[in-house]
Formats: sequence, C-alpha cells, structure tokens
Amino acid sequence: MAEVMVVTSGKGGVGKTTSTAALGAALAQAGQNVAVVDFDVGLRNLDLIMGAERRVVYDLINVANGEARLNQALIRDKRIDTLYLLPASQTRDKDALTEEGVKRVIDELRGRFDWIICDSPAGIERGAQLAMRFADLAVVIANPEVSSVRDSDRIIGLLDAKTLRAENGETMEKHLLLTRYDAQRAGRGEMLSVEDVLEILSIPLLGIIPESDEVLRASNVGSPVTLNNAQSAPARAYLDAAKRLRGEDVPMIIPSQKKGLLDRLFARRAA
Amino acid sequence: MNIFSLFGRKTTAPVARERLQILLSHERTTNCNADLIALLQKEVLAALAKHIDVDPSKVQIKMERREDVSLLEIDVEIPTPKPDKKPAPVAAKVSVRTSRRAGQAA
Repeated sequence: MAEVMVVTSGKGGVGKTTSTAALGAALAQAGQNVAVVDFDVGLRNLDLIMGAERRVVYDLINVANGEARLNQALIRDKRIDTLYLLPASQTRDKDALTEEGVKRVIDELRGRFDWIICDSPAGIERGAQLAMRFADLAVVIANPEVSSVRDSDRIIGLLDAKTLRAENGETMEKHLLLTRYDAQRAGRGEMLSVEDVLEILSIPLLGIIPESDEVLRASNVGSPVTLNNAQSAPARAYLDAAKRLRGEDVPMIIPSQKKGLLDRLFARRAA
Repeated sequence: MNIFSLFGRKTTAPVARERLQILLSHERTTNCNADLIALLQKEVLAALAKHIDVDPSKVQIKMERREDVSLLEIDVEIPTPKPDKKPAPVAAKVSVRTSRRAGQAA
C-alpha cells in the first residue's frame, strides 16, 4: 500500500529539500518505488538537489490542471531506476494549485508508487497546507535552535488540524528528524540537545542528522546525500532513518565523521 | 578551550530550552483558542440579544492561562436605563467569573 509522506518544518532553510532527496533516494536504494514531489511552486529546488534541473519539461501544476499526463511530467532518476521526481512549476505561484488538482495527482501517484514524498514549501500558508493535506505521515524537520523548534511546534499543530486524516478523526503519524546536529556543542551545553528538543516537541524521533560539509558537497553536484557518498556521516544517518520508516528497529546513534590525523590537525588550527 | 571556559562561561542551551518551554506552552493555547474565543463571542452575543439590548462592542471575552487553571472571562456591559423611562434591572454590568479591574473602558 502506498504511503504519502510530507516533509515539512515551517521554517525555511532547515533541510526539507535535502532530507526529501536523501530519504527518497535511500528508500529507492532499498528497492521501493518512490516519487518525490516538489510543492514549492515558484521556488522549486528539489530538481536541482536531485540533479535533474535540465530535464524538467512538465510540472505538478501542469498535471494538476490536466495540461500534461503524469507520465510526461515524472522524471526518472538516472542513478536509481525506482526513483522519480515530480517537479514544481517555476513560473506560477502557489495559488495556481487547487486542492482538487493535488488530490487527483496524489491519487494517481498512489496507484504507481510505494512512497510518495511531498517536499513542503516553508511557511504555514496555502502551499504548505496543500503539501500536508493528503499525507498519511509527516516528517517534521527541526534544527536544534529556538526559532526552528518554535516553527516545528506550530507545524505539528497544523498537522493535527488541517490534514484530511485529522479532519476525519484519524491520528496523523508524525516523526521528528533533527538536522544539522552538533553532538559536541550539545555536549558542551551550547546547543539544544536531542533530549531537549524531544521533550519540547514530544513526537517520536526518526533520526539525527549530524552537521556536515558533505551536505553542501552533495548539493553542489546535484546528488542526494545518500547517493553521493553513502559512507559519510549524514548519509548513514539518512539511511538509518529510511530503515526506521520501513519499520526496522535500528539503534539511534549519531554517526560521526571518521577523522584522520590531518583532519584533526587542521580542525585544531581552524578552531 | 582553556581553564576559564571550564568554570567561567555559562552554557546557553538551558536558557534556550526554558524560553521555548514558556513560549510554547502559551502559544499552544492561544493558537487553538483563537477560534474558540471568536465562536464564544458570537454565540454569547446571540444568546444575550434574545433577552437584552446590548452593544456588541461591550461584550468582551478573554481566555487567560494561569499556572494551574485557565480563566475564561466574559464581561458584558449593559447600559443603565434613563430615570424618566420605565424602571429596569439595575445591573449595569454582568460579569461571569470576572476579575474586576479599575479604570475599565466604558
């Protein structure tokens, strides 16, 4: 049965698109049929992070409005056969999306894929609400930082009020993905710890993604973190999170970068 | 890191946690109560209008969150009838579990 999952956060720049691409690729690497859908109409970026920006012909709005068929708009990933991207429109604005149109597209995707991952725009307005509207579960992205945690709390409230599942009286499954985490700074009391954020938001933890240079490196070359360097710390954290999504019991550890002697020397000098 | 940072510097994460806990406990109630207050305002007005002639702007509904309980405050201001007209109920102000404050706007 297909799972529709929204990746959302309220605040911008916390890692929604990076996480959508990384989790989508990780699930597809495990053999699942995955569609990642960009809901950020007017400010699309998932195509760029996936390295498919030059292959976009039709988009979500074209399909929602019946101007193109789903098959024409879906872009198959060149590295993984079971991973597809449905890009957002870059020239329209968020009002071009209608609830009926989105429902039609999601229903059609449900018939073809195991996972439909909706990359939400930032904010709590129409675009963000449509991205979460038909979701079965939500991944809430937060950084260990006050404004991000506050916005995540607001988004959790919306997930419990404005989604179809919530309106039907069903429970909305929500998971926290803590990104840009620095275990050392948290240990020194300079950064909110995993426990702090969990206590405040009180939703189950899906994973902890360590702060890493690897994320920028992967986005530079247009490759999901889990594909670009599967051995890197953030990639291993995303791969574990994807396993948990599939119901596997994976111990919650924070992967750290293996550091060589030179890294250590330079880290000291930079500090 | 030096010997001073071990003893002298205060950590900031506990401050962040405390600020968030206080802020969010407040925001969670106001966000979900915003609709409730508007609804109450409308329904209380409708109920009052059946029996008394009140100015809609003189009906105030507030929700105040306190440590142990929250206080729902409904202030209804009823104009005192003019002496030359037929005598009417004397109550100038009806308060439901209200806390009276001095200098309230008329």
